[in-house]
Amino acid sequence: MNDRAWVATRKGLIELRRHADAWKVARASFVGDPVSMVLPPDAGGRMFAALNLGHFGVKMHCSEDAGETWQEVAAPALPPQPEGAPGPAWKVSLIWAMEREGRTLYAGTLPGALFRSTDGARSWQLDEALWNRPERPGWSGGGYDTPGIHSISPLADGTVLVGVSCAGAWMTRDAGASWAQTAHGMRAEYMPPEQAFDPGIQDPHAIARCAAQPDVLWCQHHNGIFRSTNGGGHWSELHAPLSSFGFAVAAHPLDPQTAWFVPAVKDQCRIPVDRALAVNRTRDGGASFETLRSGLPQQDCYDLVYRHSLAVADDGVHLMMGSTTGGVWASGDGGDHWAALPARLPPVYAVRFG
Amino acid sequence: MPHLVFTAQLQRFTQTPELHTAATTLREALEAAFDLNPRLRHYVLDEQGHLRPHVVVFIEGRRASDRETLSDALGPDDKVYVLQALTGG
Repeated sequence: MNDRAWVATRKGLIELRRHADAWKVARASFVGDPVSMVLPPDAGGRMFAALNLGHFGVKMHCSEDAGETWQEVAAPALPPQPEGAPGPAWKVSLIWAMEREGRTLYAGTLPGALFRSTDGARSWQLDEALWNRPERPGWSGGGYDTPGIHSISPLADGTVLVGVSCAGAWMTRDAGASWAQTAHGMRAEYMPPEQAFDPGIQDPHAIARCAAQPDVLWCQHHNGIFRSTNGGGHWSELHAPLSSFGFAVAAHPLDPQTAWFVPAVKDQCRIPVDRALAVNRTRDGGASFETLRSGLPQQDCYDLVYRHSLAVADDGVHLMMGSTTGGVWASGDGGDHWAALPARLPPVYAVRFG
Repeated sequence: MPHLVFTAQLQRFTQTPELHTAATTLREALEAAFDLNPRLRHYVLDEQGHLRPHVVVFIEGRRASDRETLSDALGPDDKVYVLQALTGG
């Protein structure tokens, strides 16, 4: 679906509709409340919104009518914490990622727990095999005090790959019965040199899979861009113009050679390079990149596009991105040209078509 | 009997009973409220049963000190306010 999009923001969930080439706000839900993630409607209209209420914690809401009405459902929660358990407190502080595969819903959280639901979020089950990995108490936070699962890429055969900040990438091929580290090849320049290629300390900011060729994965990492052509078994570093730092990546759903990134000045600064917003696109598997600027602000721009805030529709043609300062831009030609949404939104946490 | 009052802000999300209870500790008083509205529990407490970081409780004007086991004692005529802490924005 490429004529409806959802923007999860710090002050609510915004539904956008496209008429001809123009996007407009169609509806706002949860006005005033932080919506950390949205899962667009399935064929029956069932969708989910994850809230992070500042005082009252993480909540999950479900709509059976594509966002017209909402009901609160169960939110993922950790079991009682054993006395003396190492690592962060067993308290879910953010739902950072949501995906579905068939009837199974997935939720990735801070402090690094993966949950599944097979009953439409009436209940959630912790993936205990991942949670009980001996390495997990040693995972570190990336931008937060605790580690978190921000990327979930499930396949119908029981394979699930998750991206963890900061613990690299983990994969199960048996529906969560066992997990293995799968960030080999990623390089961390923020670590002592001898640990640079340790997969367990990598900070993948986001990982996206090509739907048509699922062995092809793209990663926007803390200090680089990486691509895997064997399902995450090994990652190769790519070099993009302007900056290899950024948060977001969108993988073309049909073409495994094409992906989009939003470069930024790295680490302490985190603004567009030269305060001019740009998108890097590769169409040859990362051998080369084009920098796309048409329609994007090119001066005095401080918009940062976070990890979930660049989306591509299932046609591979329509794109949308939202920024930390509430800017939203859409493209109907693969990123060659962009147009700003005629609205000033709250800070954007996630953008999704569907 | 102790008198328990919740911040009106919670009414945006769920019902908040105002009740008099025979409870002798904060935990007992909150459990009495959760019996009336089970959904209220996870707005006030996290999954470990601790007060959420940005929820604050005042008992007769003093801040409740035990945020985990909620063992603060209640006197027979104490007024207990469950409020938003300004730390939460």
